[in-house]
Amino acid sequence: MRNISLKQILSGVIAFVLVMIFPLVIKNTFAQHVMILFFMFGMMGVAWNIMGGYAGMFSFGQVAFFGIGAYTSSFLLITYHVNPWIGLVVGGLVAALVGAAIGYPCSNLRGHYFAIASIAFGEIVRTHFNNWKLIGAAEGLSLPMLSEGFKNFMFHSSKLPYYYIMFAFLLISLLVCYLISTSKMGYYFRAIKESHDVAKVLGINVVWYRLVAIMISAFLTAMAGTFYAQYVLYIDPESVMLLPISVQVVLISMLGGAGSVMGPVIGAVILIPISEFTRVWLGHKGTGVDMLIYGFLITLISVYQPKGVWGLFMNLGKRTK
Amino acid sequence: MKKALCLEVSGVTKHFGGLYANDHIDFSVEEGEIVSIIGPNGAGKSTLFNCISGFYPPNSGKVFFLGKEITHRRADTICKMGVARTFQVVQIIGDMTVLENVMTGALLRYTKIGHATKKAEEVLAFTGLAEKKDFLGAALTIADKKRLEVSMALATQPRLLMLDESMAGLTRVELRGMMDLIRKIREKGITLIIVEHVMEAVMEISDRVIVLNSGKKIMEGPPKEVVRHPDVIQAYLGERYVVSQ
Repeated sequence: MRNISLKQILSGVIAFVLVMIFPLVIKNTFAQHVMILFFMFGMMGVAWNIMGGYAGMFSFGQVAFFGIGAYTSSFLLITYHVNPWIGLVVGGLVAALVGAAIGYPCSNLRGHYFAIASIAFGEIVRTHFNNWKLIGAAEGLSLPMLSEGFKNFMFHSSKLPYYYIMFAFLLISLLVCYLISTSKMGYYFRAIKESHDVAKVLGINVVWYRLVAIMISAFLTAMAGTFYAQYVLYIDPESVMLLPISVQVVLISMLGGAGSVMGPVIGAVILIPISEFTRVWLGHKGTGVDMLIYGFLITLISVYQPKGVWGLFMNLGKRTK
Repeated sequence: MKKALCLEVSGVTKHFGGLYANDHIDFSVEEGEIVSIIGPNGAGKSTLFNCISGFYPPNSGKVFFLGKEITHRRADTICKMGVARTFQVVQIIGDMTVLENVMTGALLRYTKIGHATKKAEEVLAFTGLAEKKDFLGAALTIADKKRLEVSMALATQPRLLMLDESMAGLTRVELRGMMDLIRKIREKGITLIIVEHVMEAVMEISDRVIVLNSGKKIMEGPPKEVVRHPDVIQAYLGERYVVSQ
């Protein structure tokens, strides 16, 4: 049982305040954009972590859920004029259902076998969307310009509302992850991660709990997808369904610390600025430089601290006590 | 006084291709008994455990627990009904503390973490691991890991506990400790089936011994009778040894 110390609450509050005032002080829209991406990838990392870090299902297909979320809300908005907020929930549910449908036949897959299946899943969904006329196929979908405001989940004059909405989403996903990690479900996920045999003899319905983990993860990831669509206002399979996005989500969680609530946030705060700044500074010549740096960091972390940067913090904390 | 039947195994057969790991095994266990299953390596003891606890579906035959058929139920359902087991190769959760390991087992009967923790502490006090409750599972010695595995099984509050070689590889002192624990478990009214190679323990704690060889049950009876039986000696030591006696 983990008890939250006063120090942790205090640092949490300070981080919260800093994040809240950041865009008010720093008006640079690029910096704000990087922060928004950090929140978004942080959220996807947290969602991955529920499935991968806790329940031990290493998914390399998260981008499919992300894309399904983005496409569901956008399609509903364009075709049926459904409010994006409703689209957000529907997108989450669709992603959860698809996750369950693909997760069930994969119930006995563990470790790298599950990872391989998840890559295939992501690629199948992308190929499908690339050829699906109804939703624009390879041309993608352009969202209609609606009047600005919270109701329409669309803002044109400033990034600020997007900033706070995405931050709120990240906090929601962290809360969900925290509640899971301190409940029966969290312990059951960890038992399943260790071994299906040990879970079964403790009376845990492995198939069911794995599906629950997938569905929660899919729902949260799809929420980030809807956000992305509302933020960029244009989606196509090549921007919301590419394998590298899935890989980045996994890297973020692994680097930060899989299986800890805050791990993916730490991972995102390190990796997202690296990838965005190298992209901007080095332009096209720099393509892949972020991956080089990622690779280097991941090698370091897996050799010296398999529990991620968060694990490093925890160890330092213990030593100084 | 005739006691109620805890477990009834009738005609259980399990084959892997042409290899019959269990061939029409019949036996029953009364409530409150300690029954040992012995036999040379490859006799089918662990397979039998897997057939009873729902890890393998038997090819034919039936298993009844407290009068209810459990033959083709899922392992977790059988656990929920009150059958707990351990594995020949210790299965614990390495990156959880001892307390968390046991608590995860207790969560089968409790939803709240607090209640499960209390139950887990009770179990650890009973099994003698209370002092090590904050150790990580992976950091324990093999004897403590086995004890932890038994604690986890007990935390699911079983009526029947099946131990697969919980005493193998222990020192004499540790062995004594484990035997005492098994007796204490029986005193709580839990029925035990034990797969074991350590004959010293089998002889002392079992009410009844079942001997398997090459997938068949060759003998059943009180421990002292069983070990003197020529068929059993032959199974372990070969035909020549029996003749020379």
